[in-house]
Amino acid sequence: MLAVRDSRDRVAFAELFDHFAPRLKGFIMRSGTGSGQAEEIVQDVMLTVWRKADQFDPERAQVSAWIYQIARNRQIDVIRKENRPMPEELGEDPSAEPEASQILAVDQEVGQLKQALTRLKPDQRDIIEKAYMGELTHQEISAQTGLPLGTIKSRIRLGLERLRHELKDMR
Amino acid sequence: MTAITHHTPDALLAAYAAGSLPQPYALVVAAHISLCLECRAAYEAHQAAGGAVLESVAATDVSEGLKSSILALLDTPVPCEPTYQRSGVYPGPVMGALKGRLPRWKSVGMGVRQCILSAGHEGSVRLLYIPPGQAVPDHSHNGLELTLVLQGSFSDDTGRFGVGDLEVADQALEHTPIADPGAPCICLAATDAPLRFTSFLPRLLQPLFRI
Ligand SMILES: [Zn+2]
Repeated sequence: MLAVRDSRDRVAFAELFDHFAPRLKGFIMRSGTGSGQAEEIVQDVMLTVWRKADQFDPERAQVSAWIYQIARNRQIDVIRKENRPMPEELGEDPSAEPEASQILAVDQEVGQLKQALTRLKPDQRDIIEKAYMGELTHQEISAQTGLPLGTIKSRIRLGLERLRHELKDMR
Repeated sequence: MTAITHHTPDALLAAYAAGSLPQPYALVVAAHISLCLECRAAYEAHQAAGGAVLESVAATDVSEGLKSSILALLDTPVPCEPTYQRSGVYPGPVMGALKGRLPRWKSVGMGVRQCILSAGHEGSVRLLYIPPGQAVPDHSHNGLELTLVLQGSFSDDTGRFGVGDLEVADQALEHTPIADPGAPCICLAATDAPLRFTSFLPRLLQPLFRI
């Protein structure tokens, strides 16, 4: 992904496509979208990945999280025909070298999240998948107690430290 | 500026990341995240969880030509979408809803003004301007009401809400927020039902004023 962002590397982009396009298609079709329309959305998402690559920050997110949000935004925009309100971008210094240790920390957290997902009982896993595919309302999500979201909580703490650190650098 | 003490509940953040939050609420949450590092970190954690789900679903083969047609489109220029910057007390997403213009206030009486950003079947979202010491008239509501303070502060039975604070009120709460002394209170308020001011204007006039 960094090769796509920093040197506009098409071979690297093709590899991203090979990894994510089939997953995106599976993800989009899970919520009932037909194959043809799902591929249109995959195309829009992958083109957005190429065009907005400069917004990807490996110190804060893994590629999968970033692409997940682009995909959900696109699915919603297609359904609603209007843009979803998005938070302001943090004004970051693009010349700053990403810190390898930060990137590693993000990867490790996401590894833990994935592991936690695989350890869930099938019905719990089903609820998590439904929630992040946008199939549950906020009332339904808040009614789900006792889901093992511990790793999400630790990710929040680490993310907060990272954001504070980043903001301090900007001042 | 004082620290933000009233945050977005986790279920709302998860629903916002997943895109299942109705548009009026999504605007308030996007505005709060713009002001609040803690909720931004939580939002990013939910994105990470969404990414983990994306990685874990069964892959589905894509058509043979899809890759080459996307690669062929990489250089096609696309019109730039406008992005809206924060302006004064209004965070970027609010400026987006205002299409980059400052709010055009309409008086609703007693010095209170409002600017409706959107109103539809999913609910409505508006900016409210409340002079110091002035009560936002009693209003009861169906469903959920989110109120984000952008300037000044207000207090009600549940506490004090300053800049960046988000009040989450459900139908069980019959509250009377009063703007604190000092600067006029400006807030962003979303409901999933039309606000019903119980002691403000005759019911018959309400459709006229859209409050
Ligand atoms: Zn917050």
